[in-house]
Amino acid sequence: MDFGNRKYILIFMIVSVLVIFVIRLFYMQARDESWKDRAIRITEKAVVLKPPRGLVYDRNGELLIANQAVYDLMVIPSDIESLDTVSFCNLVSITPEDFIQRMAAIRKAGGSWKAHEFMGQIKPSDYARISEHLHEFSGFFGQPSTMRRYPEGVAPLFCGMVGKVSQKDLDSDEYYDPRDYIGLGGIELAYESELRGTKGIRYFFRDHKGVTMEVAEGRLDSSAIAGEDLYSTLDIDLQEYGELLMQNKKGCIIALEPATGEILAFVSAPGYDPNLLVGRERGANYQKLVQDSLKPLYNRGVQGLYRPGSIWKMVQSLVALQNGFVQPSTRIACNRSIIGCHGPHSYDDLTGAIQHSCNPYFREVMKRMVEQRKLSNRFEDAAQGLDSWRNNIMAFGFGSDLGTDIPGTKTGQVPGKTYYDKIYGESRWAYSTIYSIAIGEGELLITPLQMANLAAIIANRGWYIPPHMVRKIGNSGSKLPEYLEKRETGVDAEHFQVVIDAMQRVVEVDGGTARRARIPGIEVCGKTGTVQNGDLPDHSVFIAFAPKNDPKIAVAVYVEYAGSGGSWAAPINSLMIEKYLNDSISDPKKEERILTASFLEH
Amino acid sequence: MIYSAGFNAEHASIFNIGQEYGKQFMFIGICAVLSVLVLNVEGNFYIQSAWGIYAVTLFMLILVLVIGTEINGAKAWIKMGNFSLQPSEFSKMGTSLALARFIALSKVEFRRFETRLKALAIVGAPAALIVLQPDPGTLLVFVAFILAMYREGLSGNILIFGLGSVVLGVISVLLAFSTFDYPFLGENSGIYILYVIIALIVILLFAFIRVFVLPRYRKRTIVQALVWSVLAIGFVASVDFVMQSDKVLKPHHKDRIQIMLGLIEDPQGKGYNMDKSKMAIGSGGFSGKGYLEGPLTKYNYVPEQSTDFIFTVIGEEWGFLGCVTVLLLFFGLILRIIFIAERQRSRFTRIYAYCVASILFMHLTINVGMVMGLAPVIGIPLPFFSYGGSSLMGFTLLIFILLRLDAERMSVFR
Repeated sequence: MDFGNRKYILIFMIVSVLVIFVIRLFYMQARDESWKDRAIRITEKAVVLKPPRGLVYDRNGELLIANQAVYDLMVIPSDIESLDTVSFCNLVSITPEDFIQRMAAIRKAGGSWKAHEFMGQIKPSDYARISEHLHEFSGFFGQPSTMRRYPEGVAPLFCGMVGKVSQKDLDSDEYYDPRDYIGLGGIELAYESELRGTKGIRYFFRDHKGVTMEVAEGRLDSSAIAGEDLYSTLDIDLQEYGELLMQNKKGCIIALEPATGEILAFVSAPGYDPNLLVGRERGANYQKLVQDSLKPLYNRGVQGLYRPGSIWKMVQSLVALQNGFVQPSTRIACNRSIIGCHGPHSYDDLTGAIQHSCNPYFREVMKRMVEQRKLSNRFEDAAQGLDSWRNNIMAFGFGSDLGTDIPGTKTGQVPGKTYYDKIYGESRWAYSTIYSIAIGEGELLITPLQMANLAAIIANRGWYIPPHMVRKIGNSGSKLPEYLEKRETGVDAEHFQVVIDAMQRVVEVDGGTARRARIPGIEVCGKTGTVQNGDLPDHSVFIAFAPKNDPKIAVAVYVEYAGSGGSWAAPINSLMIEKYLNDSISDPKKEERILTASFLEH
Repeated sequence: MIYSAGFNAEHASIFNIGQEYGKQFMFIGICAVLSVLVLNVEGNFYIQSAWGIYAVTLFMLILVLVIGTEINGAKAWIKMGNFSLQPSEFSKMGTSLALARFIALSKVEFRRFETRLKALAIVGAPAALIVLQPDPGTLLVFVAFILAMYREGLSGNILIFGLGSVVLGVISVLLAFSTFDYPFLGENSGIYILYVIIALIVILLFAFIRVFVLPRYRKRTIVQALVWSVLAIGFVASVDFVMQSDKVLKPHHKDRIQIMLGLIEDPQGKGYNMDKSKMAIGSGGFSGKGYLEGPLTKYNYVPEQSTDFIFTVIGEEWGFLGCVTVLLLFFGLILRIIFIAERQRSRFTRIYAYCVASILFMHLTINVGMVMGLAPVIGIPLPFFSYGGSSLMGFTLLIFILLRLDAERMSVFR
């Protein structure tokens, strides 16, 4: 019997298997994309490349904030094999309790196959010792990273600091991963988005055991782009000198370049070495600083609210002149029955009143501004007058946003109708209730930055540019556009001359309150302030600018519990001006007197 | 392919016999020499010594059970220095020759039951020895001889029976895995539904026979139908029993069957091979990722990728185009062998050729089916591709003996 036909059945079987295979292959390889996705997910690992933070230079190109190489000690818990905890703890210099704590935190974070940070920011010198033995402890490895470094160790609050991101930052900005650092305060915070750079991503293949292999070529990886370098407005030499002068004192020095609003020096005393707040010791050091009774972390320059004292008289003069309430020639008797005064004068004109800081004079000037007698009701009249005055004042940047880039600035307080209505009730107060604000006392509160800005306004004869920390973003960039526009105060330039002349007399005339601010060869214009503190010593205040006709620097100095403005703030201020303009000090005795002074007991 | 699969950047040279690809390269050399030898031997020698070769391969199969080395749970290798010999790869050739010789030259009528029994014994002996190793993959290859015997007159029912049992087996495993809420009886294994269905079919069948079959054939058909139904129920019951107990199939074999049917998913554990294998092939896409560019291959995600799972390398590196090319070449070869078989005057050569074609077909079907997830994971190499000297030599012998026999087809008059 011939079974020849059966070959067709066999061929049919074979061909149908082929067809089934081809269809299956087509479906798997050409149609179903999920295998591809899964293969990528399993074989590739995306590693985020962290960019180095941008550097910060001072106005002369000196490094203010730099980066340094450090190592993070990482651990993959599932890779730990028979760990000798004691010798490991000795190696990384921690206690066994600390070790247990760290591992517990890592376990809590979850993902035993993932790399966790066991200890961050180890200095290369320490890491060299650790790395020598690290191979003995499986599961642990070092990972290079960078950390901030402050070469000169100055201007801690101006620079700010970096710290671990908070949960809030993680939630609000998807740029951040839990191990990231973020700017906290100062330039680091204000220019975080410029400094942080752009993260890169690189794809690695990993083998079937999860071990990372070579770079996956051709995938859409991107390299990390370092953050922008910033050129700050600070002058490191001047800053250093200011910090030196403020040693053993509480208070601050703020120096501005009047024409540009650039901050030349930003001293908040007592300060601290910003290098304390990086690396492994950061936490402990931070706690120490928080607990320090002198509050070194408190940014007095922008958060300290002080009564301005007599420097306020210049603002009053300018507003009154602009609105025609006084003329330079206006004389007012020094009637000391309502408000005290000092020095031998009795019937000053405006220049004299500023020079002698005549309290009754300015009490009367303020009275004219508040009691305009436009309304019959004297309470309503006073309220209207006060608010109109307040609007003029706020144009100087008092009680309103100065527009600075320094984070955490306070606006201060310029009381108006609303404020006094709240305290005394509507129509329950008149000028006689509130007159102490006429001479910069009472409910007035301003920050030292606003004081420095006042000096700049006077130096500029009527305008200012908001004080700012950064003059150039990136190597070829510029400053932010808002720091190129002048803000007008509404007071015409002509009215400044009388005030400036008076300020010059304050320093240069033998009867002036600020004889200690004299600098040979430089026309310094200044005004002292002595803010009363009841039984405690007065705060010593001095604002000044120089040279008179081409102002290059405006400085505000505020020394807490030091005494009169002329005796401490004025010489400190003049030393700053001299240092900046001449880069040398002509009177070493003046310097010596300041350096040895100490006002920390209150 | 083995170069890709076993690629080791530190030993990139293909001639490095410390690496798999180096060894395989050497095996290819040996096989080239072997093929020349085989082609130079009279075809008659193979016919005459068929029994002898068969006996030698049988002996080796017994030997391996005694002195063999166990690798991956199967005692299938005889270690000789650095190399191991896998007798089962050669027994395919021995059995093919013996079967061809028995059916072609013993001058017996294949239709006789006794002859068929003897033929089955020739295949069954090595198969039984392989079961003892155990090596289920190679065992399945021996099932391929049924195809060759079918060509020579074995009842076609056996193919239907085979196909039917596979279908029924799959259904019963699927049903046994799920449970149903039976009326009055409550929750129970789904397998009983199958019994009910078979019973219903039997009843329908009886009605069908009463209506359509002539009365004088009725008795025979009824008996046949009864036998088939009993066989079916018995088969379902035994499948269920096999899947329930651990005695017949090892647990991991059952797992593989259940994974293949999609009943359990465990890509990290039991289903790891299958999952990674499908992933490698599937991710290859239409044109593949390129030579040495497949990360799943490169980083050893697919276990056994140089041996049984070598098709995944083709799939990942060369994609759909590469896979289809390879499949077309293989099926072309099989069809070509059938063509060669059909032009023989010698019955021996024809049967032998069908044996070769069937073996290749079985290897291909199971291996490629396995890597694509169409068949359970069964260890069986892809001819000429998988790493392994024995397999390569075995297939070289199979093919070149056929070529020699084919070359002599004009001088044969039987």
